[in-house]
Amino acid sequence: MAEFRFKTPLTEADVRQLKIGDSVLLDGVIFGVRDGNLIRVFDKNVAPPCDWKGAALLHTAPNVRKIGPGKYEPICVGTTTSMRMDRFTEGLLRDYGVRAILGKGGLSQNSAALMKQYGAVYLSVTGGAAAMETLQIEEIEKVYWEDLMPECIWQIRFKGLGPMTVGIDAHGGNLQADVQQQAKDKAAEILKKMGITS
Amino acid sequence: MEVSDSFYALVETVCRDLYIKSLKEIPPDVVESIKRAAAKETKEVAKRIFSHYLRSIELGKKENMMVCQDTGIPIYWVKIGGKLRLDGSKLEQAIIRGTERATREHPLRSSIVSPLKRENRQTSTGDHIPIIHYEFIADSDVLDILFMPKGSGSENMSFMKMLVPADGINGIKKFVLENVVGAGAKPCPPMVVGVGIGGSSDLCMTLAKKATSRPVGSQNPDPQIAALEAELCDAINQTGLGPQGLGGDTTALGVHIESAWTHITCNPVAVNIQCWRAERRRAIITPDGKVEEGF
Repeated sequence: MAEFRFKTPLTEADVRQLKIGDSVLLDGVIFGVRDGNLIRVFDKNVAPPCDWKGAALLHTAPNVRKIGPGKYEPICVGTTTSMRMDRFTEGLLRDYGVRAILGKGGLSQNSAALMKQYGAVYLSVTGGAAAMETLQIEEIEKVYWEDLMPECIWQIRFKGLGPMTVGIDAHGGNLQADVQQQAKDKAAEILKKMGITS
Repeated sequence: MEVSDSFYALVETVCRDLYIKSLKEIPPDVVESIKRAAAKETKEVAKRIFSHYLRSIELGKKENMMVCQDTGIPIYWVKIGGKLRLDGSKLEQAIIRGTERATREHPLRSSIVSPLKRENRQTSTGDHIPIIHYEFIADSDVLDILFMPKGSGSENMSFMKMLVPADGINGIKKFVLENVVGAGAKPCPPMVVGVGIGGSSDLCMTLAKKATSRPVGSQNPDPQIAALEAELCDAINQTGLGPQGLGGDTTALGVHIESAWTHITCNPVAVNIQCWRAERRRAIITPDGKVEEGF
């Protein structure tokens, strides 16, 4: 389990080095996305108003304080459950060149196959530990689609976001899916031992 | 004794404060439980995750920060003393206003939208939100409000099934274990697993939710149910999901079961999960306006 630190935007070479279980810190601009804005991009066919080539996208919707027109300061920025956004992985990698999706709880085996194909990774942020994550923000630089508040697209500059755990690497590895499969096998074994299933 | 109008104003500010404080100070029983799990953890990744949890708990308490970004669905469990004379509709309005004020004055992210149009009033309120449960307590003259900001990562991991009597207790055990493992990393483990058994379908799920509001590791007073809680907790912890579903020794901080009697043909079971923070905060208000805060 190696430790890495990268600056965004990321290259294919950056992410291909990573293996599941590795630890990663990120510096630079990261875009906050989630249900509302990705539904607008992919289901309503509105192109995102920012360049996501090599981007790291964080599944989030922060608590903020408005300090001027289009300008916000963070109160609490954390990470939301990624699986709800699983069906958007292909479009993000293929159409927009995203290199890292940051979230919690993991993505599917289908997303893992796409990440292998296109050269991208899933980085698992520690869910619920948003206080720590908030202190890693330097600035909320820009906000797009404020009408979706709080589900806008957030352009946030971080210093040392993480450490995150590589959940899916660009070689087909999917740590959370592996752990869950082992847990399912174990549960089946326990139910047999309890005499509940044969 | 009939309460005065200032009582409702007090309920409003108390509810505002409960919402804000619940997001910043994790209940002491939960903190102790996380510390115990961290101390005995053997996996490296899991140890790192636990250190993030403990750091965020500390930032919440010492730096007055929200621990998690999710402001949740606001839920109130209100116990009204039988000797307390108050106007229920005024009480309800005070709770709603307190919820809105927390959102506006802190400010907090409003996580509440209409179900189809996805319209957000930016108040954390809407039709039937906040959710308020009422109970009446004989011989008491106080108002006891327990607040939970229920995060969606865990709330989305809710499961209900109308088992039949022939499925028995084994059916309940199988349903709970399979669904907790099926939830995997999504509810931010280690989790508090709330289980409802009996009742009607709606009551069963309410019981599961109520079970998550108990202090972590507390036992059901019925010994048979308490034994079931311990058995299921042990089984879940053998699965190795661990914190954030990245593998580890603790997957459940506790399994809490609440029960009701049911129909002769029914054997309902519901699972409602709380994330590792299991946030809750309580205030007890006396008719003359004294407030005692707790968890």
